Amino acid sequence: MATKSLKARQEALAESNTQLDILNGGIFARGELPFFKDKVAAIGQFPLKPGKLEVLQINVGYMCNQVCEHCHVDAGPDRKEIMSRETMEQCLDVIRKTAAHTLDLTGGAPEMNPNFRWFVEEASKAGIKDFIVRSNLTIIRANKKYYDLPEFFKKHNVHVISSMPHYTRGKTDKQRGDGVFDKSIKALQELNAVGYGLEGSELRLDLVYNPSGAYLPGDQAALERDFKKALMEDFDISFQNLFAITNLPISRFLDYLIASENYEDYMYALVDAYNPAAVEKVMCTNTISVSWDGWLYDCDFNQMLGLKVASKVKHIKDYNEEVLNDRNIIISQHCYGCTAGAGSSCQGTVT
Amino acid sequence: MDVYHIYIHNLYINNIIHTEMANTYYDAADLRKFGKITEWSEELGTKFFDYYGKVFEEGALSAREKSLIALAVAHVVKCPYCIDAYTKDGLQKGITKEEMMEAVHAGAAIESGATLVHGVQMMNKYNKLSM
Repeated sequence: MATKSLKARQEALAESNTQLDILNGGIFARGELPFFKDKVAAIGQFPLKPGKLEVLQINVGYMCNQVCEHCHVDAGPDRKEIMSRETMEQCLDVIRKTAAHTLDLTGGAPEMNPNFRWFVEEASKAGIKDFIVRSNLTIIRANKKYYDLPEFFKKHNVHVISSMPHYTRGKTDKQRGDGVFDKSIKALQELNAVGYGLEGSELRLDLVYNPSGAYLPGDQAALERDFKKALMEDFDISFQNLFAITNLPISRFLDYLIASENYEDYMYALVDAYNPAAVEKVMCTNTISVSWDGWLYDCDFNQMLGLKVASKVKHIKDYNEEVLNDRNIIISQHCYGCTAGAGSSCQGTVT
Repeated sequence: MDVYHIYIHNLYINNIIHTEMANTYYDAADLRKFGKITEWSEELGTKFFDYYGKVFEEGALSAREKSLIALAVAHVVKCPYCIDAYTKDGLQKGITKEEMMEAVHAGAAIESGATLVHGVQMMNKYNKLSM
């Protein structure tokens, strides 16, 4: 398993333009598979337009303690892109006035940003209804300075969403690295210990499931049932919801698909599973994604592909919700990942 | 920079990688075309796929249990398409490799048992013909 990001290894796929060339070329350019644009045009949804803004998702940096094989951020310990306090101030101005009901902090491991705690304290005062931090769990056990994170999250009524690829050690460690499973289990038990994820608790702990390979996630409800049963029986762990998320063919997951000669089959699987009903509910229609350096994107995936919003307002310092909501959403073939089967978003299925 | 990736990248960009019809009886790409059998006999094809879909829904057995049964049967009838399909289906359902292999053994045990139980017929015949 790689211990460095594609960027640190200076791989061709670290470049977003290389990724976009692949997504626009090959089977799509040859006409074997239709472009995403044509599929949405066929149901009168092109150009794709945003609906009401509900989620402000802020990526506070690409640094992470893990180097997961499927990571769409290409995150890792070697990534130095970290949101500055100045950009955080600009984000706070927006958080205080946005109509969005959900604030969603992601990374990398957001907790590794040196200003993370200050930012959470300030943001939690803004009265946002649902304040999410996407925590990879192992960070809580990575270093003594993070041991109190469960208490910290509780104090600020943070909704914790954590990745857990499987309820068995083998499958988890293969995707995320040796030892990740045991650390994640310990972190989940600690979150349970302060009240997170328990039945009837207001402290929300949800898990994210990504397939550990070149296949789509199964039925979200069935997976949730299996995860709940196994984690309770084996480790006495409880949580509220499981979100099944499809891996999008970008960054390290695209690299994996190509290196394992699964790319074409995976794209066929995504296109075959295209669900028109998911199109009007894809997350780019209710989300704005902010990068570590303050640029605005339709989603975290477009952020990683360097596709800034098609709007006069492109940076958090110039933020204007009305102007932004009038934009056309930028799409490419990776978007098939969000419209396959029951649909996929940072909040799981969409239909 | 990784030479392999540049190579693959160029193949995709220049449209050199593409599927050709393999000169074998089984082609993995044919699995995707399964639905086309309906085109030559709409009524029967449609009835089959409706039935097939219904069988694998959650019922008295879970979809997960049915997927493992399908995987075992796929091996017994030695259908490469079905093995591909139900290995993938199992992965999608979070089924582990240990569970999959045990299912294959369950199928194999029945299949070898079915052979061996005929040994009784052989014994009967042997005894009848022998003095």
